Amino acid sequence: MGMTITEKILANHSGRDRITPGENVWIDVDILLTHDVTGPGTISIFKKEFGEKAKIWDNDKVVVIPDHYIFTADQHAKRNVEFLRSFAQEQEIENFYDVGTPRYKGVCHVALPEEGFARPGEVLFGTDSHTCTAGAFGEFATGIGNTDAAFILGTGKLWVKVPSTARFVFDGEMPDYLMAKDLILKIIGDIGVDGASYQAMEFAGDAVHSLNIEERMTLCNMVIEAGGKNGVISPDEKTMDYVKAKSNKSFSPVVNDSDAIFASERKYDVSELPPLVAKPHSPENVEPAENLSYVKVDRVYIGSCTGGKLTDFIAAARILNGRKTAVDTFIVPATTDVAKGLLERKIDGKPLRAIFEEAGCRIGNASCGACLGGPEDTFGRLNSEEICVSTTNRNFPGRMGSKKSQVFLASPLTAAATAVTGKITDPRKYL
Amino acid sequence: MSQNKITGKVFVVGDNVDTDQIIPAKHLVYNTHSPEERKLYGRYAMSGVPDEESGLPKGGVKFVNGDGFESEFKIIVGGKNFGCGSSREHAPLALQVAGVKAVIAQTYARIFYRNSVDGGFLMPLESVDNIYKSFSTGDQALIDLEKNTITNSTTGKSFTLRSLGDAADIINAGGIFSYARKIGMIQTVASANV
Repeated sequence: MGMTITEKILANHSGRDRITPGENVWIDVDILLTHDVTGPGTISIFKKEFGEKAKIWDNDKVVVIPDHYIFTADQHAKRNVEFLRSFAQEQEIENFYDVGTPRYKGVCHVALPEEGFARPGEVLFGTDSHTCTAGAFGEFATGIGNTDAAFILGTGKLWVKVPSTARFVFDGEMPDYLMAKDLILKIIGDIGVDGASYQAMEFAGDAVHSLNIEERMTLCNMVIEAGGKNGVISPDEKTMDYVKAKSNKSFSPVVNDSDAIFASERKYDVSELPPLVAKPHSPENVEPAENLSYVKVDRVYIGSCTGGKLTDFIAAARILNGRKTAVDTFIVPATTDVAKGLLERKIDGKPLRAIFEEAGCRIGNASCGACLGGPEDTFGRLNSEEICVSTTNRNFPGRMGSKKSQVFLASPLTAAATAVTGKITDPRKYL
Repeated sequence: MSQNKITGKVFVVGDNVDTDQIIPAKHLVYNTHSPEERKLYGRYAMSGVPDEESGLPKGGVKFVNGDGFESEFKIIVGGKNFGCGSSREHAPLALQVAGVKAVIAQTYARIFYRNSVDGGFLMPLESVDNIYKSFSTGDQALIDLEKNTITNSTTGKSFTLRSLGDAADIINAGGIFSYARKIGMIQTVASANV
């Protein structure tokens, strides 16, 4: 009986030849990621449990990327970044991307692969639920809390219950109006926000492997919105090309055994799927965009680990090029690399940034921004009863700020089309 | 957490209560290890639950009153997928600071469950059936961990809970650190509470 990618990675990291879903195993950690919201608490627990003068298990394997509450006047938030700064200094953590320096990156899940820390076959834990994004690189990546992270800081190990794997196969040719966001919303709409509870979600099929790396990250990013433990995509040539360009560390990719056992398999033909939207207040509340043209919106938000990568802005610019926005439209690049891409990448000879400015968009600094609300002065935050179409990942009550606001989740194409009309709009209207 | 019985007033919520409802993101800035700031997590626990769903079946019940730091409700009864959303450990921590001893839900999102267990914040207990409609906010309840039951003392009805399974060892030890010390995986450290 063979093993899945997830089972093989966990077996390799627990010194076992084989393991089966449901077992608890202690595994060795390759990378621990943390940021400004969860890092300070993690550090406090580490010091309490291992001692004030304790050293972390491996300072090359800890990556600290402040990204959440950066462009705010909130003094507690500033103090938290300072907390990370002194810990990085004390522990000699080189992989620290400090605020206010040229090293500052922005959203950790997008910065992590940009900086070469996402590699096939490895184990990544992060103190953020969207750590699962890095499953796009064929690794085991999942979010944990501060206590577990502090345990890793001291020991380099953590226990996990081996998840079974649910497989989602997308075949057919991706239409130009469809994005990875539509595919993952389709799945969440079908199985619900706990439909893959504690399972590995593997994405397979020709359509998945036709996607670029950033789109694959979008797929894996939202497995947590279906309750998944991790998302994973079998590494292929595109994965290898990307990783080798970013990292010179050796790694060992793994693929499914031919007789691997999957807990379930669902198949989709992408040519039959329409652009989708998740209505308030749950990512499972999914409906085709074309059915929602009666919904007037106050705001469009394009950003975050889910929908703020360069691919996402190229998609939005395809529609916004030469058009004007009818409602407030916020553009928040995930990272400083993406922000640079907005200047360098052109459509019809015009940089993306210029396209967005001419369309009347407001452009913010690289960070998590208003995806999770944050302090009240956060750029784009929903402070009242706004109705917003957003390329982010969650629309539970109050996620983007006020619990009176309403968030509709959509792809960057659908968000851009909506920005032009002021009502939820199927992007096929403009493509 | 080795006591076998937990009693208290229940606060009732529905399905899919996510971590932004348990503790809204804007409050995540307080220092969890400063006694003064830590209390604020208690004050704002469950403050993100929409008013109409806050304290079912009627709603409109404040989990923590006004300027207080603790809740009068020691037990939360919810439906399925309690604690979905972010990995913030501030969620079980906020409930603990507010005085919650146990949460009963039919199912949990795994990160919340793990955080509750590994951090030793509270007992995440699973009911066999979805039972939140059998409780009204303010009812008295008795949880018996030997019999694996929760009884609504106000109505007299009892419901079966699942056994803790693999998590029992860590819960009984008081969290992942105590557990790892117990099995000799990590050494006792000077400043640690063992």
